[in-house]
Amino acid sequence: MTAQTSRQAARTRQVRVTVNGRQYEATVEARTTLVDFLRAHLGLTGTHVGCEHGVCGACTVLVDGAAARSCIMLAVQADGAELTTVEGLSRDGELHPIQQAFIDRHGLQCGFCTPGFLMSVCELLQHDADPDDEAIADALGGNICRCTGYQQIVESVRLAAAKLREEGGSS
Amino acid sequence: MKPPPFEYAAPTTLEDALALLREHGGDAKVLAGGQSLVPLLNMRLARPAVIVDLNRLPGLDYVRQVDGWLAIGAMTRQRAIERSDLARERQPLLHAATRLIAHPQIRNRGTVGGSLAHADPAAEYPAVALALDAELRVAGPAGERAIPARNFFQTYLTTALDVTEIVTEVRFPTLPQGAGWSFLELSRRHGDFALAGAAVTLSLSSSGMLDGARIALFGVGATPLRATAAEALLTGETPGDALFTHAAQAARDAVEEPLSDVHASAEYRRHLAGVLTRRALTEAAARARGGRAA
Repeated sequence: MTAQTSRQAARTRQVRVTVNGRQYEATVEARTTLVDFLRAHLGLTGTHVGCEHGVCGACTVLVDGAAARSCIMLAVQADGAELTTVEGLSRDGELHPIQQAFIDRHGLQCGFCTPGFLMSVCELLQHDADPDDEAIADALGGNICRCTGYQQIVESVRLAAAKLREEGGSS
Repeated sequence: MKPPPFEYAAPTTLEDALALLREHGGDAKVLAGGQSLVPLLNMRLARPAVIVDLNRLPGLDYVRQVDGWLAIGAMTRQRAIERSDLARERQPLLHAATRLIAHPQIRNRGTVGGSLAHADPAAEYPAVALALDAELRVAGPAGERAIPARNFFQTYLTTALDVTEIVTEVRFPTLPQGAGWSFLELSRRHGDFALAGAAVTLSLSSSGMLDGARIALFGVGATPLRATAAEALLTGETPGDALFTHAAQAARDAVEEPLSDVHASAEYRRHLAGVLTRRALTEAAARARGGRAA
């Protein structure tokens, strides 16, 4: 691995990222998408690969706190970033309130799209503790689910928001 | 699918970025937000030898007012425009259009300069730039130059930008006091590419007559287009339903070769151009009247 200079183009590159609080370092091909890097290189297979062209939202992760589709971002672009994937949601073996709300309100069926939904909801509730239905629809519009018909997902988000507000209020 | 192999560079100065483009020319592709380019790579519709990633360039991420312009750094994320009070107050047309670009997850990455340089005819920002007479600041081997939006979009995904040039800033004129605006589009689902859309600004004189109007249509041709005949019809007239219907017909006639695909026929797109123009003129006039009353 040669030094990475500003003016040098190369097929492979060194990537240092923090994922769910843990640091990783790897040399990857520049063409490796972030989702493939997470799954194949780091073994974090919770993030799912759906359409691979930025439409379905299954691969949504947080990049420096902002929800992004990891299938249309290159792993090399994440160098130096802090990422959160679905594996980073649970706390001390307990499901995150968003995850629990999806169970309680039947916000998932086959579960394939769920990691992406959870991360989109995560970003939404960080910015808006009490989103109305329009804000929820806007946040979820980029995530496609084939099973639930969305109504239960919207209800899951409302419940998650209420639970997180309670938690915030009691602490 | 997965992207084909390419060499990748992440320059940290504009000088280095330009040097890379000079060195690799047409074999290189500039990566901004990547929300259009990376899907094209994944589908192998684009096979550049070199990717020059602008995301490490400092100083291209800002929204500020400079005299009568809203100056926006080319690498400013669309989400930042959505959240910018300055953008909402000074250029509400731009702000409203931003919320119609795809989804929040896309707007978190997608950039202002990238969307313009990509020049998708169904995209929102090119139409906004054309409607407002925006100006693109471009850096290249010979230094900087400014390209007016009306000269920028040449055909489908093709602009006046040379392969050795990079968009550094986009300047949108701020909306004059008392002007009205509207940005409307029709898509099959919220966040999908528009089948057709209209961006309108107009201003009223103190006597309530139309001082001027601008109409940009998008999704209905290889580039966004100005409906100049419709604009001319409106100037000096008193706003009203009959006038707007007449202008909408002229806007519809300005659409020469709309795209025809599985999503919408050419005839339907042309029809939409008329309908959306009429609705946008009506909404813009109401806003202009509201602004004058206030």
